[in-house]
Amino acid sequence: MIKAILGKKIGMTQIFDESGKAVPVTVIEAGPCVVVQKKTEENDGYNAIQVGFGEITEKELNKPAKGHLAKSQAKPLRYLKELRLKDTNAYEVGQEIKADVFAMGEWVDVTAVSKGKGFAGGIKRHNMGRGPMGHGSKYHRRPGSAGAKGPARIFRGRKMPGHLGGVKVTVQKLLVVKVDPNRNLILIRGAVPGPKKSLITIKSSVKA
Amino acid sequence: MDLIKSIETEQLRSDIPEFRAGDTVRVHVKVVEGARERIQIFMGIVIKKRGGGLSETFTVRRVSYGVGVERCFLLHSPRLGKIEVVRKGRVRRAKLYYLRQRSGKAARIKERS
Repeated sequence: MIKAILGKKIGMTQIFDESGKAVPVTVIEAGPCVVVQKKTEENDGYNAIQVGFGEITEKELNKPAKGHLAKSQAKPLRYLKELRLKDTNAYEVGQEIKADVFAMGEWVDVTAVSKGKGFAGGIKRHNMGRGPMGHGSKYHRRPGSAGAKGPARIFRGRKMPGHLGGVKVTVQKLLVVKVDPNRNLILIRGAVPGPKKSLITIKSSVKA
Repeated sequence: MDLIKSIETEQLRSDIPEFRAGDTVRVHVKVVEGARERIQIFMGIVIKKRGGGLSETFTVRRVSYGVGVERCFLLHSPRLGKIEVVRKGRVRRAKLYYLRQRSGKAARIKERS
């Protein structure tokens, strides 16, 4: 079964595994999430569950959001997100999803909005090479040729400087190193996209 | 409240003696050979300590058979057995890289009282 949970990125640290190796981990405060709505094939044309995560006060919600949450009698939630799962039979409206849906040693895919880098040059954005920094060279960090003289135009998709980051990124097949259900924590090996405090979606890996 | 800190403090070891650069230590290292685990002792002078908290490391230098060997250990690693402080040394800097250029009598360190 495909499992999924929403969480908040806390930051990175390292822990020691059973063999005593230091493993770099990202700490994610995952859940508890509430199933707010169930979308069905007959009603909506596809199967999905809408889950909510994060505490806020009731004052911060507007009227439509309050009405929507009242249907599932959920507490005020900061984030609502639809998770498209093939099989939603295991979920009921109002059900809680906790960090312990994932266990140690499982592979997961992690989705989040990456850190925004602003307008970035070709070197940072596309891993282009740079020119010589010395020996009379004045060609340092520019993108180089944009194409041949022959077709007197630039081909579509030509890698150029521009806005970098701030887009939805999924990193596949990351290892769950540790799960702490008491504190709602999931520790994932390696880095995860996005800044601290940002919303993270963890799903069972499609590659596992 | 600080989750990262609490995760780190859980793993800190409390059985580590106080030592600094210039001290001579015996480090008991757990070595896994196939299925068997045994303890190997690495003795030498601590030439640096760096970092803090869980990621704190120290480097021990010894000259074995005329070849300088430096090993870097994670201070809180569960792979380390005990650390014995054999001798306390008096040094005037935190990083004793100058020992790499010295050998024999010149590489001695005065004892700290």
